[in-house]
Amino acid sequence: MDNIKEEPDLEEPAQQASRRAHRSDPTENLKAMAVPELALAPSTTAPATAKIEIAGLSKVFATRTGPFTALDTISLDIAGGSFCTIVGPSGCGKTTLLRILAGLENPSAGRATIAADNPSKPLNAMVFQGDSIFPWMTVWNNAAYGLRMRGAPKAQIRDVVGHYLDRTGLLPFADRYPHQLSGGMKQRVSIARAFATDPEVLLMDEPFSALDEQNRTLLQEELLKIWDVDKKTVVCITHSVDEAVTMGDRIVVMTAHPGRIKSIVEVPFPRPREVLALRREPAYGALVYRIWGDLRDEVDRARRQEAAIEA
Amino acid sequence: MTLSPAARDRLIGLASPVFLLLAWEGFGQLGWIDQRFFPAPSRIAMSFARLSSSGELWTNLAASLMRLFWGYLLGGIPALLLGLAMGLYRPVRALIEPLVAATYPIPKSAILPLILLIFGLGEASKVAMVALGVFYPMIINTTAGVLEIEKIYLDVGKNFGAGRGQTFRTIALPGAAPLIMAGMKLGAGLGLILIAIAEMIGAQSGIGYMIWNAWQLMSVDTMFVGLIVIAILGFAFNWALDEVERWLLPWKARG
Repeated sequence: MDNIKEEPDLEEPAQQASRRAHRSDPTENLKAMAVPELALAPSTTAPATAKIEIAGLSKVFATRTGPFTALDTISLDIAGGSFCTIVGPSGCGKTTLLRILAGLENPSAGRATIAADNPSKPLNAMVFQGDSIFPWMTVWNNAAYGLRMRGAPKAQIRDVVGHYLDRTGLLPFADRYPHQLSGGMKQRVSIARAFATDPEVLLMDEPFSALDEQNRTLLQEELLKIWDVDKKTVVCITHSVDEAVTMGDRIVVMTAHPGRIKSIVEVPFPRPREVLALRREPAYGALVYRIWGDLRDEVDRARRQEAAIEA
Repeated sequence: MTLSPAARDRLIGLASPVFLLLAWEGFGQLGWIDQRFFPAPSRIAMSFARLSSSGELWTNLAASLMRLFWGYLLGGIPALLLGLAMGLYRPVRALIEPLVAATYPIPKSAILPLILLIFGLGEASKVAMVALGVFYPMIINTTAGVLEIEKIYLDVGKNFGAGRGQTFRTIALPGAAPLIMAGMKLGAGLGLILIAIAEMIGAQSGIGYMIWNAWQLMSVDTMFVGLIVIAILGFAFNWALDEVERWLLPWKARG
């Protein structure tokens, strides 16, 4: 994408960290105070500057066959401006974790807080998995959705939406409806919609899983370019180890059900990253191999669990 | 000449009734069908001209259209609102759905005596019949339309901070709109059927009355004029609603 423009410095003054409890859990937050800080949780570096603080977070769903623990005392700090990817076998609760951060689910215990540097910004915006842009709105109106819901002034909507549609190469398609777009373009609209609200934290739920390999690689590259400009804090779930290593600063590997953190791997590659160039580096292969090693046991366990349920 | 598929469909849609009329006329002229029961289209056209110039046709048409209009509004709007509420809120659904399911299969024409008993022989009973006809397809389709909205869109609304009213306006209503439109079309058809029936009993005006009166006078041409007017109305409503749909739902991909 050649149409990336330098944009005015959007970096917030650091350390202003007026911590705001997550919208969804005003009461959970009080409950959390009673929960002792858990030492059991896997190693987490916990600098005071963490943008996202997840402490002793559990989620239990009531099901017909009894309670189902999706997340089991997860503790994790994510530094501001970092790109954190989460991988894990399917059913490990990673989507639940993201939905709690997004305010779409409430935690059963513990808390997840996002530090708000600027109270006028939304805490988070999510790039959803699969088709999530409204088929009844044009590309432009979809990208403007978050800003409109927040009652942003018209002029601001025009500038910001124009800017992100330009950056994602969608400006020529602003008046199209989603049924006239390819899968890759739809997902770019979803990305533009999330970026346009300028959230404190960007959440991504397997953003490219519905795309073919070629489109996925292109979109990863485009996303990295957009992200490099203002380095938002990102939490991105993926089932692709390649994607996790390509995009992330840190990779959180989760266990099979119940979801716990198995390991946290730092990704040493410098930015900006060229996706294809990166992938031919031996160090890249070694890192992918290592994470696969962590993941394989869990995938096997998840399979055995599934087989046990089937039986 | 190349035609767009839509233009081609419209041409075909026009061609089939034209063909039927031509065949009918031909067979009538040849004496293959009994003109006393099936007067040729040319004779029907003449009676159409007579009824039209005497103003009789227009008075009756206006009376029917007025009843259809009010019935459509009085049946359609409550059905739309109730349907949206039923789709969005489970308790409302639990409350109303059994009632709808139980009363829907009762033939509306069978309710006519009851309606006449309640609303009398005046305008109200005719309007009520149309309203009944419109109500059911509208409420059933609207509820189904809201329920059919992918849950992810509601998540998107919530994630981007849409309030209750905004969710209603930006997600529930547009998301259910395709099925609401289908309900409106079904309702228009049922409304026409029921207005004709209602006007045959105890009415002094309307297309249904015109048909019934013609039968009593054995004026078969006039009867056919009435039937054809109803057919044209049905066609016109459907066409108008198609246009409304095209304009309202530009995002629906049409094959």
